[in-house]
Amino acid sequence: MGLHGGQFTTMRIPVETFHLDNGLFVTLSEDHTAPIVAVNLWYHVGSANEKAGRTGFAHLFEHMLFQGSAHVGSNEHFELIQRAGGTLNGSTWLERTNYFETVPSNELALALWLEADRMGELLPAMTQEKLDTQRDVVKNERRWSVDNQPYGTMLEKMQELVFPPSHPFQHSLIGSMEDLSAASLDDIAQFFATYYTPDNAVLSIAGDFDSIEARRLATEYFGPIPRGKEAPSLPSMNLPPVFGNRLREVVPDNVSLPRLFMAFRSPVFGSEKYYAASVASAVLGMRKGSRLHRTLVRERQIAADAGAFTFDLAKGTDLLVVDVTARPETSVTRLEDEVEREIDLIYREGVAEPEVKRAIALIETDLVASLQSAGERADRLSMFATYFKRPELINEQADRYRSVTTESVNDLISERFGEDNRASLLYVPREGVESESILAAAVGAD
Amino acid sequence: MVTSLRPKPGPPRSYHFPDFNDQILPSGIRLVTAPVVKLPVVTVLVIVDAGSTNDPAGKEGVAALTAGTLLEGSQRFDGAELAEKFEQLGTSVESGADWDSAFIKITVLSDQLEEATKLLGEAISSPVFPEREVERAKAERLAEILQLETEPRGLADEKFSEFLYTQESRYSKPDEGSTESVSALSRKDVEEFYRSRYRSGSTTVIMTGDVSTDEARRLVTRAFEQWALGSAPNRPLTAAPRTTRKSIHIVDKPEASQSELRAGHVGLPRKHPDFFPTLVMNAVLGGLFGSRINLNLREAHGYTYGASSFYDWRRGPGPFVVSTAVQSEVTAPALREILLEIDRIRAERISDEELSLARDYLDGVFPIRYETTAAIASALATLVIYDLPADYYESYRKNIRGVSADAVLKAARSHLHPDELQTIVVGDARVIRDSVSDLGVGDLHVHSS
Repeated sequence: MGLHGGQFTTMRIPVETFHLDNGLFVTLSEDHTAPIVAVNLWYHVGSANEKAGRTGFAHLFEHMLFQGSAHVGSNEHFELIQRAGGTLNGSTWLERTNYFETVPSNELALALWLEADRMGELLPAMTQEKLDTQRDVVKNERRWSVDNQPYGTMLEKMQELVFPPSHPFQHSLIGSMEDLSAASLDDIAQFFATYYTPDNAVLSIAGDFDSIEARRLATEYFGPIPRGKEAPSLPSMNLPPVFGNRLREVVPDNVSLPRLFMAFRSPVFGSEKYYAASVASAVLGMRKGSRLHRTLVRERQIAADAGAFTFDLAKGTDLLVVDVTARPETSVTRLEDEVEREIDLIYREGVAEPEVKRAIALIETDLVASLQSAGERADRLSMFATYFKRPELINEQADRYRSVTTESVNDLISERFGEDNRASLLYVPREGVESESILAAAVGAD
Repeated sequence: MVTSLRPKPGPPRSYHFPDFNDQILPSGIRLVTAPVVKLPVVTVLVIVDAGSTNDPAGKEGVAALTAGTLLEGSQRFDGAELAEKFEQLGTSVESGADWDSAFIKITVLSDQLEEATKLLGEAISSPVFPEREVERAKAERLAEILQLETEPRGLADEKFSEFLYTQESRYSKPDEGSTESVSALSRKDVEEFYRSRYRSGSTTVIMTGDVSTDEARRLVTRAFEQWALGSAPNRPLTAAPRTTRKSIHIVDKPEASQSELRAGHVGLPRKHPDFFPTLVMNAVLGGLFGSRINLNLREAHGYTYGASSFYDWRRGPGPFVVSTAVQSEVTAPALREILLEIDRIRAERISDEELSLARDYLDGVFPIRYETTAAIASALATLVIYDLPADYYESYRKNIRGVSADAVLKAARSHLHPDELQTIVVGDARVIRDSVSDLGVGDLHVHSS
């Protein structure tokens, strides 16, 4: 059985939803093409929910969720799923944490039971020793992906630059070594009780299953887990649509080539204007035909690479980021000037119809291609359910992108691409910093 | 509370790798099609026997440069126009070369397939390799090489190959070429490489997804009308080790917070009779999250975020390598644990538990690997490139299930060579030098980076 009725315009992913009495929101999407099924859980908690002095905790906690629960031994979750022929992982982001497995369809019950056991009864399995080991693992993850990796500090430096102090998105996701050292078993217990509750989670199942059986299993395993005490709400995330002035930080780092990340505050994920921003980002930096690639990489040859992306934040404000790496012979000043010039040009003159069409066409193909995977379908259902309580939005994405017009992209650009809404994070090779007047310029920029 | 009763699996539903059709077109081009109708999307993957092992000596990188600039200008359109035309159709062309093959790939919505295939065939049948674009691609490759200097993971991989194979081996040099070899390449080299190797007898077109075999045949026949006939023999490949004496190389990175560690030796060619036992053996050793090396280094000791081992399967014997990044201070103890695990799997039979974990995983995960048209196309490319039997995927799971603990032990003893182990550490020599030299891992060489 296929998922489409012959042409793209009629493509619909089937979506069923229901709630358990304890508040767990369940979404189901059947597809019997292959005997595999994806189970996906989103907990509406991320680094934004961490308290002061505990940066990195949400992510450390994610690691602890693989360390066993009442009826599952340490690392047994991994073993049981792999033994069943499944794949699995988890990830932590600013505003959510997800856990997912794709298994042969006759192992659906196992995947659901494992997720329920750790949602219901994690704490009996927690020990100081496990916490200490995972703390070391996470510190090594930090060394590997942040400290010992060129441009690896981008995410945390960017958060620090563009969000005001005390804003929930301002602090590091992976956390500081100091805060990771300070995390205790008490923190684990408290975080678990507060956020890992059925009413703060979405369960999605996509692929080859029987709807009645899946409902029965979800109810049997997750039903007995008590509702939480309602997670404390985040402080106000709202921010003005623009920074209000130029922001700029220079990071001398162990890198070979200068690289500029320029961020703009942009409309939150899922909002009407978000789609225009997403298209604007694709016009600027998606693939070789994009504006920045064509001008900076191909024509002027000052950049080795150029791209753009959005963070897809659903609260407060999103960020649209332009990312350009210099060629070795390009000076830091020139890199910055040329990118600035391109943004100025777009801000002044807008973008043209064919550029918008190109961007939308690419986005549509990616959208359809990604929905081939059961894991992707389940993850997107969870995302739309978590942020908007509307998993069926998965079927509206293509239409929402198609209804973006050149005019709406240009409106977005005039609203958000002005000089008062640009934050530059500029990586420069540590050696040779003195010979550039770049640091002095940084001081003068504010 | 949640029931303590672990669920038992239900009856498994059968799965078959997608049916595919394999034919030779009158032009000599091989066409492999797998019609899979799930979503309105098609992947077109063209593979040409023009991978990096066919680089002439001194011209390392020409295969990659050729594939990389194939779409940078045709008789009718320049590079920018081509990019624009494909992207207006909602697709973009990925092209490149790995050791064994050049590839050109698009994934496109089915209603754009006809036009996209036509454009693709035309573009890659009449590339003009403009001087300016070739020079730009070279400069971009040189920038990438420069980036490696500060990128410990990539640097460790590259140094490992360099110290593993004899200098005469193509495998000892980066697949996309070095600063020296790339700088010396010219537009003429690229054109010559294209003309000699991009020929019908060396070309396979794979189409997977929402397209019938008849339609694919019609589209490919027309799109590749101008494709050159004939074929080109492959260059002979040397893959001898640089030395069979154990040795350790430290590439010094003062102040590095972690050591990137690679330890291994020359492995096996892809088409080897021990492929399946070796695959299962490696899964137990370091191929899975629950493998010995990862559980030891990560979960028991907290030395690392992850540690793994793998055989890099190529036409010739690619490397066997254990790969991890550990906190600088524990480099020596981590390396010691790796050596112990290699010895242990050669010393005694793995447990039934370990055998079943590896077999059940490889067997069970099989259908999950082929969810997308791109993944199916890539699996079919593997058949073609390594000349595997047509029933390879149909018999894969049976072959995995047939591997015994004895076969694993035999594979470990035959295909792991601790006495020839080459170890590369990219890290802070000051911190690690003394401790690693006590491990008995052979002569120590320290290189400044």
